[in-house]
Amino acid sequence: MEARAIFDMLKGKFGDAVVELQGEGCSPAFVVVASAAVKEVSRFLKEDPNLSFDVLMCLSGVDYKEKFAVAYHLHSMKHRHAIGMKALLPHEAPSLPTVDDVWPGANFHEREAFDLFGIVFEGSKDLRRILLPPDWEGHPLRKDYKYPDFYHGIKV
Amino acid sequence: MTTRSNALPTQEMTINMGPQHPSTHGVLRVILTTDGEVVTRAVPDVGYLHRGLEKIGERVTYAQYMPFTDRLDYLAAMNCNCAWAWAVEKLAKIEVPERAEYLRVIVCELNRISSHLIAFGSYTADMGAFTPFLYAIRERERVNDLFEMICGNRLTYNYARVGGVSGDAPPGFLEKTKEFLDYFEPKLDEYNNLISYNKIFVHRLANVAVIPAEEAVAYGLTGPNLRGSGVHFDLRKDEPYSVYPKFDFKVCVGTGERGTLGDCFDRYMVRINEMRESIKIVRQAVAQIPDGPVLAKVPRVFKPPAGEVYFRSECPRGETGIYLISDGSVNPFRLKIRTGSFVTMSIFEKVTRGLMIADVVAVIGSFDIILPEIDR
Amino acid sequence: MVGNADLFVNWSRKSSLWYLLFATACCGIELMQAGASRYDMDRFGAVFRATPRQSDLMLVAGTITHKMAERVKRLYDQMPEPKYVISMGSCANTGGPFYKDSYCVVKGVDLIIPVDVYIPGCPPRPEALIDGIMKLQKIIMKKKNYGAKA
Repeated sequence: MEARAIFDMLKGKFGDAVVELQGEGCSPAFVVVASAAVKEVSRFLKEDPNLSFDVLMCLSGVDYKEKFAVAYHLHSMKHRHAIGMKALLPHEAPSLPTVDDVWPGANFHEREAFDLFGIVFEGSKDLRRILLPPDWEGHPLRKDYKYPDFYHGIKV
Repeated sequence: MTTRSNALPTQEMTINMGPQHPSTHGVLRVILTTDGEVVTRAVPDVGYLHRGLEKIGERVTYAQYMPFTDRLDYLAAMNCNCAWAWAVEKLAKIEVPERAEYLRVIVCELNRISSHLIAFGSYTADMGAFTPFLYAIRERERVNDLFEMICGNRLTYNYARVGGVSGDAPPGFLEKTKEFLDYFEPKLDEYNNLISYNKIFVHRLANVAVIPAEEAVAYGLTGPNLRGSGVHFDLRKDEPYSVYPKFDFKVCVGTGERGTLGDCFDRYMVRINEMRESIKIVRQAVAQIPDGPVLAKVPRVFKPPAGEVYFRSECPRGETGIYLISDGSVNPFRLKIRTGSFVTMSIFEKVTRGLMIADVVAVIGSFDIILPEIDR
Repeated sequence: MVGNADLFVNWSRKSSLWYLLFATACCGIELMQAGASRYDMDRFGAVFRATPRQSDLMLVAGTITHKMAERVKRLYDQMPEPKYVISMGSCANTGGPFYKDSYCVVKGVDLIIPVDVYIPGCPPRPEALIDGIMKLQKIIMKKKNYGAKA
């Protein structure tokens, strides 16, 4: 299915929660979704028989300087098509519902986004730092991150 | 004779299978909660090799990032190099000369063979058989010689460039490759006779950590781990890139031949069979390779157009997906690398419930994880 | 007589350097390959041990991150005397290619534990590793264990 057709289908079902289609210069195209509606849209994308996006290829946090975003890349084993989904978040207290009950493999990706960006996934069954030590301060992949001078007495 | 229900009440132990361990394929820490020898919960603790490769990507240029992709999965460094080159070329819409694509495929498949050899060798060493490890390294040294011929290094190659490869194959490389393939092909039967169908080995692997196909898909497993569960999906056939459509090879899936479909033995046999298919691909590539340039004209100060691209390629450990955002400047804006091993670790806790501690070692080996891929 | 005792002890120490299999990253593969078929390190008497309590040489091969640093110190403390440390590869020497831009790589393992021999390379060839071990053997031969302290 083409990205425009998927976007129209989602727009028809969810209305204003589906904001826009970012197709120019993006491969695969992104359907931008309101952050509160992420869980319902994800469930629909997975369970609808014409879409059946049963594989979450990648879940990444992005820092666009003025705002954060969480980008989901989805793929369907049955129909062999792919789409992207994006949710934009404000800089202060970024948070959105988790999708780890839709795609169980999302948990590790969400933990990484939390660890490196500070994006909180509400309802996640296990949200703690995964790559950095548990007492690390700050979220390194943010654009305004300042490298610490020392960690436990060792120069960084 | 007391039955289990009348046995003494036991207390659960928490054991640390620490970052330094001979069988964890790197610095992986597993916190085991066990009731005697049976594991009730095995929580993986990763991040001991987190080097911030994604942040580094935002501070160097596209060409300067190539050596860092080597260190991403160092057993399949050619695959990672080429994945980065293909992602940037997809973003900037660069046309790569055909000879360069053939050379990339040849080195990627040779690297798949050497990566699966280490997976095979270290897995059998974990299970207690040390000899196959030495045999595997003997074969791998010959592949290292080939790579040393073409790019000068044995492990971290830095061979691909944005727009092609760094250097043409020197005279004699293609003949030596053919010689190696003729030498190596009967070795696979030798390994099967030596260890693969050994009664103890089969007993340790069969019916351990069975992953049904739906679960494998739901957790996002890729590569040999997914195909071991019977799912017929290989990026080289289903979403082909580069010159893979020109080659004729089979996709190896698990068959449940010595246990249940989706157990450790299936994942192991998929890797052995994939080595055979890689030999076929390299033979065809060596026969078909055209003449021509090996590097396209790419500007010195390379600024791709603004855009976002997700490129995925089939690396030996699964799908390596690169999500690359460019804002038109010389450095990438955001670079996210999604690796097969990272996703495989997410199913680890579920799969190890109820296994013995020694089976946990078998599971880690059958997933063929490598820590820099998980931690980046 | 004391000189001969020194010689005997040093010779036996250098001829059976049991190393801890501590491989973090890419240098670990070169370490494995150096100990395997072609560049056999067993002929120097160096076999790998999985536990620090039975080894006297720690070959730090690979990048050390801040999360791992505490464990490196603990492993070093668990080794019995006399113990030696070889830092293998750029990452263990100075932080390697991650020196400039990474936020969580320890810039050299000598910030944590004392190092006897540094082997440069990224990764060093197995021949370089064997050369490093031979240099360590020379250092061991020169040590004075008995007699007046120099």
